[in-house]
Amino acid sequence: MTDIGADKGFPRVPGSEPSRGEVDQPTGTATTGHEWDGIKELNTPMPRWWLWVFYATHVFALAYIILYPSIPLLRDSTTGLLGWHSRSEVAQEIDTAETARATLYAQIRDLPVEEIVRNDELRETAFRGGASAFKVNCVQCHGADASGSPGFANLQDDDWIWGGTLADIQTTITHGVRFAGDDDTRYSEMPAFGRDGILEPQQIRAVARHVLALSQSGEDNAEGAEIYAQNCASCHGERGEGSRDMGAPKLNDQIWLYSSALPDIERQITAPRHGAMPAWGQRLDPATIKQLTIYVHALGGGEASTQDDAATQ
Amino acid sequence: MATLLDTIQSDPRGTQVPAENATPVNNHEFRADYEARRKIFPSRVQGFYRRLKWILVAVLLGIYWLTPWIRWDRGPHAPDQAVLLDLAHRRFYFFAIEIWPQEFYYVAGLLIMAGLGLFLVTSVAGRAWCGYACPQTVWTDLFIQVERWVEGDRNARMKLDAAPWTFNKWRKRLTVWASWILISVATGGAWVFYFADAPTLAREIVTLQAAPTAYFTILTLAATTFWLAGFMREQVCTYMCPWPRIQGTMLDENSLIVTYNDWRGEPRSRHAKKAAAQGLDVGDCVDCNACVAACPMGIDIRDGQQLECITCALCIDACDTVMDKIGKPLGLISYSTLVDFEHHTQTTKAQGREAAKSEQKRVSFARLARPRTILYLTLWTAIGLGMLFVLFTRGHLDVTVLHDRAPLYTTLSDGSVRNGYTLKLASKTLEDRPLQLQLEGLDDAVMWTPETETRARSLTVIVPPDAVRDLRVFVSRPRGAAPDRFTFVLTDPQSGETVSSTAQFEAGARP
Repeated sequence: MTDIGADKGFPRVPGSEPSRGEVDQPTGTATTGHEWDGIKELNTPMPRWWLWVFYATHVFALAYIILYPSIPLLRDSTTGLLGWHSRSEVAQEIDTAETARATLYAQIRDLPVEEIVRNDELRETAFRGGASAFKVNCVQCHGADASGSPGFANLQDDDWIWGGTLADIQTTITHGVRFAGDDDTRYSEMPAFGRDGILEPQQIRAVARHVLALSQSGEDNAEGAEIYAQNCASCHGERGEGSRDMGAPKLNDQIWLYSSALPDIERQITAPRHGAMPAWGQRLDPATIKQLTIYVHALGGGEASTQDDAATQ
Repeated sequence: MATLLDTIQSDPRGTQVPAENATPVNNHEFRADYEARRKIFPSRVQGFYRRLKWILVAVLLGIYWLTPWIRWDRGPHAPDQAVLLDLAHRRFYFFAIEIWPQEFYYVAGLLIMAGLGLFLVTSVAGRAWCGYACPQTVWTDLFIQVERWVEGDRNARMKLDAAPWTFNKWRKRLTVWASWILISVATGGAWVFYFADAPTLAREIVTLQAAPTAYFTILTLAATTFWLAGFMREQVCTYMCPWPRIQGTMLDENSLIVTYNDWRGEPRSRHAKKAAAQGLDVGDCVDCNACVAACPMGIDIRDGQQLECITCALCIDACDTVMDKIGKPLGLISYSTLVDFEHHTQTTKAQGREAAKSEQKRVSFARLARPRTILYLTLWTAIGLGMLFVLFTRGHLDVTVLHDRAPLYTTLSDGSVRNGYTLKLASKTLEDRPLQLQLEGLDDAVMWTPETETRARSLTVIVPPDAVRDLRVFVSRPRGAAPDRFTFVLTDPQSGETVSSTAQFEAGARP
């Protein structure tokens, strides 16, 4: 009996000696000698190269187990001879990235914001950095598109309660608004004209209608105008132009922090709500705050800082 | 193994032609399925096709090795390499032509042309690509020649291959392998120069400062060249390549293929003179097996057209040498069409072998122009001319508009509505160009960029040469504006070229 498989370059299956296998006539292939109910198994082992690849995977697996973390233990796993860890790899990548950015970041840290925006590369970097810092720290209140929501300022538009120059925005971000933990925080408080009994409800209704009329959104009335002049103009201005020093919003424009509906305006006069913003100077490093400043300023509503800046821009 | 079996003395001048004991190892009669490869040792041949092939090898390898070093001045803003696939900057330079990624359809067009060209060549001259121009054939040819230089011709190589591993065998084999490795590394090395500035990269490679990708590519290509041309050889064509199957269907009765003219050669005899003397009918084939010994594919061309045959035409040269020696007309094996072959066969039957022989031409382009070839040529030319037309009339400007999605619009303090857009302005010329950007439609709208705060209907933008510039643009309309469509128009004042892109202006009451 000849082993035809051996002839064809196939390895012989261990234990399937030629004497055991008879040749299957239709195929001309030797059998392994195994038989079930008259059905005989042909001796057609895997091609040798396949077998070698199979053995090679064992070698690879063994080497991997020895070199890399692989066997799970109760709290951790084996560490492997190379000491490789996915976390340390991430840390290393972050280090590399930070080293690569170090020059630009150092400049952003050391230069004033007005200088940073004059340099195209720095401004671009700061804008991108600010965009990602905004996503982490600011979107919760100001929204993913920075358009705000009732009570939280829209940063896209050109209306600023505390000022829209780079310096103003930087101060607001650093010290926050009505934030108890910062002595330099932006602070303003409007009297509760209704709750504290300063004005009667019908007087509040009248002055609310006057406020709407200031922004060409309704009929004016003489009573409201008079009450406004006596009670509101000192902060909000005679024509509702607002005061950034006082943190008093403009009333003669089309932008409303809460709502432009009459009942909402009445409610705000009766018992004002006051939003607050954390002093980010306590949580973020100055470079990040500068990047946020540049990002917010570049959203579309930023104001020119001085006459000089306006000329250079 | 190869012994001088017999000597043929059918030559009137008395020249002796040795008959080789050459086996067509890939012939199915000699070869069981699943049998391991048997090595082929093609013998040296001389003749017209061998010379043609050497010239082609020199020209093709010359083109491959020299092209990246051709310089082409494009001014200060673009590389000066004539042919460059600049993956990092996403540009493809081919002499005066520069292709951007979005113009990749030119490459698709070139590939279609290559396909049609292959159809054309195949329907005219059979598997000419395989036999003359395919890299597998060219490099295998080169590698076999190296073997010949070091180890000798067919018989010497067979003897050495069967010999035990003595010092001499090691010395010769190592010399061959080292030469192959040198050629392979040069092959892989030339490839990377198509993707970067060649002189710079060459310096970096030598000083070990090149990118790891460069070394990896060189090593991969060197390894595959070494393996495929050195050891796989004809197996690549027969088992790995789909081309032979495709090309086989392209042939018709008017295609030139390497043909053994059996009407002339059969019945073959090693003792033609004796047989003739006995009054037996003998053909021109003296069965010297020179065609088999010369075949790099390990087949016998006398078995007819076969899948393995790459039409390298070396058997023609081998046979012609023998025919010349024994004083018979050349072309027992020749480039012939099936039509010719049938015609000669009929003539032989009707008027005898000599009549057919007198008609035979060495190469006959009986019907070069036929519907099939004309169609291929027409399509090939049409696509080529079409691409050239598009290429030379293509624009050099492009504008794409992305409307801000968050927020879609912003109400400003005076009630006007502002929309933000990111414009991608592409300038495909090689000089700085001040371009004019204008609004068309929405008569009450104005625009500005974060850098230039002045509101206007048009503004001047500088786009750097051969680049795309991202430009933030704000467009605003007065209070009460409704959503509407409008157009950004980009004009090059120098050339008057204009491109435009429509955009949506969003507005509406906030919920």
